[in-house]
Amino acid sequence: MVKEYRTITDITGPLIFVERTDPVSFGELVNISLPDGTKKRGQVLDTSKDIVVVQVFEGTVGIDRASGVTFLGETIKLSVSQDMLGRILNGSGMPIDSGPKIIPDEKMEIIGSAINPWARDSPREFIQTGVSTIDGLLTLVRGQKLPLFSGAGLPHNEIALQITRQAKVIGKNEDFAIVFAAMGITHEEAQYFMKDFERTGALKRAVVFMNLADDPTVERLITPKLALTAAEYLAFSHDMHVLVILTDMTNYAESLREIGAARKEVPGRKGYPGYMYTDLATIYERAGRIKNKKGSITQIPIMSIPEDDWTHPVADLTGYITEGQLAVSRELHRKGIYPPINPLPSLSRLMRLGIGPGMTREDHRSVEQGLYAAYAKGRDLRDLIAIVGKEALSENDRKFLEFADTFENRFIRQGRDEERSLEQTLELGWELIAIVPESALTMIDRKTLEKYHPNYRKK
Amino acid sequence: MELICIKNKNSEKTITTKGEIYRIAGPVVTITGIKPRMYDVVFIGELKLMGEVIQLTGEKSIVQVYEDTSGIKPGEPVIATGAPLMVELGPGLLTSIYDGIQRSLPILREKMGDFIARGIMEPGLNRKKKWKFVPSAKKGTTVSGGSILGTVQETPDIIHRVLLPSQLNGTLQEIKEGNFTVEDDIGQVNGKKIMLMQQWPVRLPRPFKQKLMPDIPLLTGQRIFDTLFPIAKGGTACIPGGFGTGKTVMQHQLAKWSDSDIVVYIGCGERGNEMTEVLTEFPALKNPRTGAPLMERTVLIANTSNMPVAAREASVYTGITIAEYYRDMGYGISLMADSTSRWAEAMREISSRLEEMPGEEGYPAYLATKLAAFYERSGRVPTLNDQEGSITVIGAVSPPGADFSEPITQNTLRMVKVFWALDTNLAHRRHFPAINWLTSYSFYMNTLETWFEEQVSADWKELRVKAMEILQKEAELQEIVQLIGSDALPEKEQITLEFARALREIFLQQHAGHEVDSYCSIDKQHKLLKTIIEYGNGAYKALDAGVQVSTILKMKSRDMLANSKFEKDFDKYLKKAQSEMKKEFQTMGVEAVSW
Repeated sequence: MVKEYRTITDITGPLIFVERTDPVSFGELVNISLPDGTKKRGQVLDTSKDIVVVQVFEGTVGIDRASGVTFLGETIKLSVSQDMLGRILNGSGMPIDSGPKIIPDEKMEIIGSAINPWARDSPREFIQTGVSTIDGLLTLVRGQKLPLFSGAGLPHNEIALQITRQAKVIGKNEDFAIVFAAMGITHEEAQYFMKDFERTGALKRAVVFMNLADDPTVERLITPKLALTAAEYLAFSHDMHVLVILTDMTNYAESLREIGAARKEVPGRKGYPGYMYTDLATIYERAGRIKNKKGSITQIPIMSIPEDDWTHPVADLTGYITEGQLAVSRELHRKGIYPPINPLPSLSRLMRLGIGPGMTREDHRSVEQGLYAAYAKGRDLRDLIAIVGKEALSENDRKFLEFADTFENRFIRQGRDEERSLEQTLELGWELIAIVPESALTMIDRKTLEKYHPNYRKK
Repeated sequence: MELICIKNKNSEKTITTKGEIYRIAGPVVTITGIKPRMYDVVFIGELKLMGEVIQLTGEKSIVQVYEDTSGIKPGEPVIATGAPLMVELGPGLLTSIYDGIQRSLPILREKMGDFIARGIMEPGLNRKKKWKFVPSAKKGTTVSGGSILGTVQETPDIIHRVLLPSQLNGTLQEIKEGNFTVEDDIGQVNGKKIMLMQQWPVRLPRPFKQKLMPDIPLLTGQRIFDTLFPIAKGGTACIPGGFGTGKTVMQHQLAKWSDSDIVVYIGCGERGNEMTEVLTEFPALKNPRTGAPLMERTVLIANTSNMPVAAREASVYTGITIAEYYRDMGYGISLMADSTSRWAEAMREISSRLEEMPGEEGYPAYLATKLAAFYERSGRVPTLNDQEGSITVIGAVSPPGADFSEPITQNTLRMVKVFWALDTNLAHRRHFPAINWLTSYSFYMNTLETWFEEQVSADWKELRVKAMEILQKEAELQEIVQLIGSDALPEKEQITLEFARALREIFLQQHAGHEVDSYCSIDKQHKLLKTIIEYGNGAYKALDAGVQVSTILKMKSRDMLANSKFEKDFDKYLKKAQSEMKKEFQTMGVEAVSW
């Protein structure tokens, strides 16, 4: 006995207001049928005995007061099954490739409940991405959420793809899957991803959710939730290690702002709603591992930060939730270095859980600290020579300059298809560390230094 | 209605009246048909989601619900309990891990699996476990609220003093010894049954006699805190910092190493994986003073960022009420709230759903009042039973864009006496702890000075002032160095830079993940600082004696000194470094540096 109401009173932006309904539950899924036969979907945002507010995913174009509204009596669910692997779905979870219908194994609520902090297992398995800057200095571990902070015109997509292609846990051959959620990216960008997935055969292991730039903005609000629901299903019901790529989170935040404005909410910074932190957290916190479960969810959200301004709410709030960030640097990119990840402002909070003896190598931490300190000093000196000239520097300081250049050219720079093993990365690290005077390496303890530093190994 | 009776065992009336839901907008639900009091707990809908009344308008009441409201309909029933949000206080709190409304997370996992489901009410204390109660109050004596009735050994280190609920007083007619659960009858006062457990409304501060002067430091084992910007027991501090500056690491360090009896750690709207880290690390770490596992003195409250926002709002109150309860037993408590910004954001979210007129940046106009009321629940006090207890409150603040001019940082700074400013630049340079020594401050410096001079060393103040002076000078010189390079500075200034570098690298930098360096006793701090200052003074003298700067910079003993802090047998290595330094200075013709 599903009733259709024709009692729309107001329509503003993506919202419609329906009155005189039977009790409608909060978050319920809604079908709207337009006089011309088109169907749209929406969700209840506010419900009371007098009026129900519905947000329409596909936009309110064409809806009039005579349109019919049906409340489906359930919240939004995603039909999940292992057959989803290799499929391309739209931003609302409907297949858009020419494949067969997906027969659901289960229907899952897309608003995931929070993982009980007590049930979480700490992420500590090193993921080798084959990218030296990440593996050596900003190690990614299973269950981590590590975003790419990027900007317009930077090669974040290529980096994300390279990580996707190469990511593996050494010595293990386990079931893995990729969940890719596109939110508001262009057709061109989407094709770039799809081509690469097809070229490398990754598509077979991937579930793709596409909400493109010309798709309805409101739909974008559920796209990442659908993607993560699929990821949770694969990870926790089928023991897979799932890598989730969300791009571009800035577009998601824009949609959130649009809805907020339409609901006439009190805006926070730059007009984004005050609850954006909580909202983003419900997405990012769905990464992790659970005790006694084999699977894991690792997230790489991508965001193009307007004007490279990290204080922008999207970047800022993300940084507060995610476990570090990879900074895609315009400066390195201009120098023609790929992948242009600047290690200085980047951070991997969970790195220390995943490196060291028994996990990677005992000297991993030392290499990281040595390279880091030397590069930081080298860059400082670069600023200085702009003023005083290279000649004014001491012999030692010139070594640091040399280091900074070599580091960028040999360590950071690598081919788009070049996959370096952790061994290669660490050896290269020591080779470069040997450029700077040994006395500057106080952060490395004596024993490690004497065991690994090229100066000692020759003897 | 069993679950309601559990929650309200001690309240005068256990009326349960029924109403119904009128409107639902996220965590804010409007109800009609009942007339609750402000801040009464109500259960919403068929699922019985717990909520709290936060506004009364005419026939309608507005409730903030602690759980997700998806799927709830207008017209569903509402049950009023007639009592405010309470926490259960009694043995068993230590080593527990709760969500924002004192539900035990391990038990929630047992009951509903790895994800947090809805509508399950769980008492905060274990009802089955028996505790051995040893009475200390005598039958027939007059007792009053807060009196100690007896003790329970809660953990190997902590004796739980069982207190008479503060609304009771009169003659102790009966008191029993033996093994009891928290609900068992252990005696009677004026005809009223007493138990090991009591309840207290979270939003109401527990009573005490008066507040004392903050003249004892809370030693944290962190050099920059204890030596440069100390906090007093019963004091307040805030740690603001942008993301990646190490707020949470500092909060963890404080929870691990501060010399309080009990630690209450509130993970308020932060990362789930961070709580996992606490849960895996704490049980393995030992308290440097007692040798007991750190977990045994800790109560954890974890309401991560994706858990319901209203429970996040409540989590801070739940935490501080538990802290006050242990304070009333005469213990020193450190309370860490990470992060108060997320708490304030929870208030903002609720406030905006109530369509209240916003203040600065959309935060409610009462933000300052709420922050003040929270920090004012700190203090060192004589308790009602004439013990001395204290609560030190340390709040992390997460300013958007690391901009300290935002309302939460500013309103917090008006309240707290210690400001530990985390600095994004320092963090990017991997100088940890990334506390900026030029902008941080402590108002307790003067009141604590006597303690440091008496308990540590008479030259305490002198050393500290010298260190700050050199660091200040360095900052001035850095501006010049930026322009002309350090080699172009006069030799004396080059030594100053080296002196400051030694202070920064050896003293201020402290490796939280290092087995030895993670905790630094106050005695070790003093010795280390003193030696660095002697090194600096010696270097100036060597320069006066005509020694080249490059020779001074090559001193071997400086590296030995730098390494000594990582050694288990610190004293031995420090002595070695000192005697080497003495030798080196002597060859430079400097005799006057004394050890």
